[in-house]
Amino acid sequence: MMILSGGAPRGRILTAVLVTIVVLLALAPFLFPGSKPLNVAAKVCVYALLVASYDLLIGFTGIVSFAHTMFFGIGSYGVAIALYGMGAGWLAIFVGVLAALVVAAALALAIGLFSLRVQTIFFAMVTLAVASAFAVLASQLSWLTGGEDGRTFQIPAVLRPGYKLLEQPLFGVDVNGRILAYYLLFLTVVALFLVMLRIVQSPFGRVLQAIRENPFRAEALGFRIIGHRTLANVLAALFAALAGALNALWLRYAGPDTSLSFSIMLDILVMVVIGGMGTLYGAIVGAAVFVLAQNYLQTLMGVAFGALNAAGVPFIAGFFNPDRWLLWLGALFILSVYFFPAGIVGKLRAESQP
Amino acid sequence: MSAIEETGAALPREKTDVWPVLLPLIVAAAALPFVGSFSTWTTLTIAGLAMGMMIFAMSSGLTLVFGLMDVMNFGHGAFVAVGAYLAVVALAPLAVYAQSDQILVNLVALVPTALIAMAVSAAVGFAFERAFVRPVYGQHLKQILITMGGLIVAEQLLYAIFGPQIIPLPVPAALRGSFLVGGAAIEKYRVIAVVVGLIVFVALQLALTRTRIGLLIRAGVENREMVEALGYRIDRLFVGVFMAGSALAGLGGMMWALYREQVHASIGGEMMVLTFIVIIIGGLGSVGGCFIGAVLVALTANYAGYLAPKIALVSNIALMVIILLWRPRGLYPVTSR
Amino acid sequence: MSEALLTLSGVHTHIGRYHILHGVDLVALRGRTTMLLGRNGAGKTTTLRTIMGLWRASAGAVNFAGASIDRSATPDIARAGVAYVPENMGVFGDLTVKENMVLAARAGALDEQRLAWIFGFFPALRKFWLSRAGLLSGGQKQMLAIARAIAEDHKLLLIDEPTKGLAPAIVGALIEALTDLRRAGATIVLVEQNFRVAQDIGDDVYVMESGKIVHSGAMDALAADDELQRRLLGLNLDSHQ
Repeated sequence: MMILSGGAPRGRILTAVLVTIVVLLALAPFLFPGSKPLNVAAKVCVYALLVASYDLLIGFTGIVSFAHTMFFGIGSYGVAIALYGMGAGWLAIFVGVLAALVVAAALALAIGLFSLRVQTIFFAMVTLAVASAFAVLASQLSWLTGGEDGRTFQIPAVLRPGYKLLEQPLFGVDVNGRILAYYLLFLTVVALFLVMLRIVQSPFGRVLQAIRENPFRAEALGFRIIGHRTLANVLAALFAALAGALNALWLRYAGPDTSLSFSIMLDILVMVVIGGMGTLYGAIVGAAVFVLAQNYLQTLMGVAFGALNAAGVPFIAGFFNPDRWLLWLGALFILSVYFFPAGIVGKLRAESQP
Repeated sequence: MSAIEETGAALPREKTDVWPVLLPLIVAAAALPFVGSFSTWTTLTIAGLAMGMMIFAMSSGLTLVFGLMDVMNFGHGAFVAVGAYLAVVALAPLAVYAQSDQILVNLVALVPTALIAMAVSAAVGFAFERAFVRPVYGQHLKQILITMGGLIVAEQLLYAIFGPQIIPLPVPAALRGSFLVGGAAIEKYRVIAVVVGLIVFVALQLALTRTRIGLLIRAGVENREMVEALGYRIDRLFVGVFMAGSALAGLGGMMWALYREQVHASIGGEMMVLTFIVIIIGGLGSVGGCFIGAVLVALTANYAGYLAPKIALVSNIALMVIILLWRPRGLYPVTSR
Repeated sequence: MSEALLTLSGVHTHIGRYHILHGVDLVALRGRTTMLLGRNGAGKTTTLRTIMGLWRASAGAVNFAGASIDRSATPDIARAGVAYVPENMGVFGDLTVKENMVLAARAGALDEQRLAWIFGFFPALRKFWLSRAGLLSGGQKQMLAIARAIAEDHKLLLIDEPTKGLAPAIVGALIEALTDLRRAGATIVLVEQNFRVAQDIGDDVYVMESGKIVHSGAMDALAADDELQRRLLGLNLDSHQ
């Protein structure tokens, strides 16, 4: 339990679910060979990290930010711009990540000091405004960011599909640079997740939760609310930027749609709510369920759309157009917040209470 | 009652806070030397004022709703979008009147359109309040999430019903084009927008200061509990304010759609961001601050858009930051918030 | 003995997870002034707020004028005839004195006769009738708050610490006004920290401690018994004024 910093999942079913997800992700390249399943597994890893970092804010600190994709985007663009400009090298990755972390921390600090008050509403409003301005800026500064097209770049050769790590296939799978890249991603996510577990179990994490429960009381006890919340905001931003960097490295691309669009923000919100806010483990469950559902349900909507169109009811079909995915996601999100606020993790924990 | 309508010896004189009122004038004056040409400056200023009035119409309800009940509706932009689409729907059967080059005939098309836009937005507002605001009343985190979800669902429903494409919306014939004043081209529609915006502002001010309901709203912004302890049902008042705010947002959306001569559901989200900046600048809960904030934001955006288009993208945020550095709670902080 | 207008029996109130009132029993008789005394944090304000419906009683019953009001919403309690002057006075500072009074007269316009009667108690209000209430002094705000409570006929006035932070001269005027009100037949429940004031205007007295009533009886009896005062209120009259 040392590695979990004393923050075990609690609940037998939940533990089983989590172990299953992690084992499947760890063995994904061998269990589900092929590039599409590997992309899905990588997406689950990146989003688990991203959502967990968001949970630091919404779940543990009790504040809502709409700027989380901005930090995700900063990480993505950081490595993209560095690798695009400096060529495919480890140094470029290092420089890109470092620059992204500095920018993310500075921005998060500024936003936090400006707008983290006792009321959560103000912060939510400011982050929404800043994030939308940032998204517009990123798409306009095309000399730097590649504009709407984004930036495609190369990564070090050992991480490319062309690189063969082993001469012989292992369990019938060619162990190439792509698989190496996947494991690099997977292990980084695991390590960063454990660091976050450590943070929420630390005295700092406890104070955050005390502030969330009763800000006035925590202040009366002498805790500086703004200081703690600002630090939480900076930490969440750093982890989000790292998630963004990993995502860009995996995709070998950074652009508005994959790293900055508001629909990613909605994805994060849905995942954190479905998984369970304030649990951190909810991020893993939420990301896994969501990414799988997205791949599966969008296809299903496409089928329904085609069928309804063929049946001659184009108006109704309009609601099932795969482009209207956000409609159903939004509805699902609202219903989850109303009726399922504890999320899957909360539900599973409640089930295993004696 | 007349016997006692006299003011006696004066109380300590109140310091009138004029700086916020002067601010738009200062910004306009400061922009003149940079813009250089007086006629260009006039055109930009009128455009800024017109834009400011429309943004004010969209934001005023939002700030009042927050002041009264501590509710921030992240879905307020939905009403703006509804108003914009209703302009398309309602103007279509009245197209004959809109084509006329007689301004009075045009108004036969526009006035009913505006009324319909406001009525439907108010109705949508009523439903929105019931479905997304009331159930999570007092729980800020859920309130933010649910109303934001409501905006996304509303936006997607509009896409599903009207299609994802941009719908063109021509301005009625007599309001098209511009006239020249001292070398400055002034678009007719912008003048109309300024006039309508001013009417809305004055009507709102009168309602808030001269009517019993207005007094109750102002009292409620200050101390909700006491209004209830005097025997008034503030939740009903709140629903009324919410609907009125939605109607104004719908009017603003319709005006904006005609201004841009096109409609797209993304208007909701875009305007949402702008209205947030405006009411933060004005001071959450303050209608007067909201008015000044709207004018400031719009003027700055127009001048910046002309002088340095790249900077214009972040001019709103920069303005917000400067104002908050000066007054951390906005131009006119509402005392109880 | 007059009849009971307000009866609290076994009232418990929770605020969040804090249990504040632990079974309060209290009766306010019609036409009399009932004092509610006790140290800071004893639960006096919570008792008034519970009567007013601003906190919900978690157990027990509140009866007013023959009807149960412990499940009623605040506006309905006000409409039933309870007026409330909160500890912070609840004056609408952004509105004028006149506008404050207009809102207080919920049923309709203020009639001149009643206003003259109110100005008789609080002449300063006539003077500042059209001024912003936020500019009034603390004592004037308190007067406005009480004036608002009597702008209409209410069966019961709940007044929370009206003399708090006021200069002695103003306290004197306030005592006079409250005494006149009682003489005019008002039923008042008054929370007070200042024992002198309580002694001057109270008919009946309840003393609270840790969310319970620990003493009830006639004001005169308590005023006459120094030993009882010291035990209940821990006060030393000379240092408390």
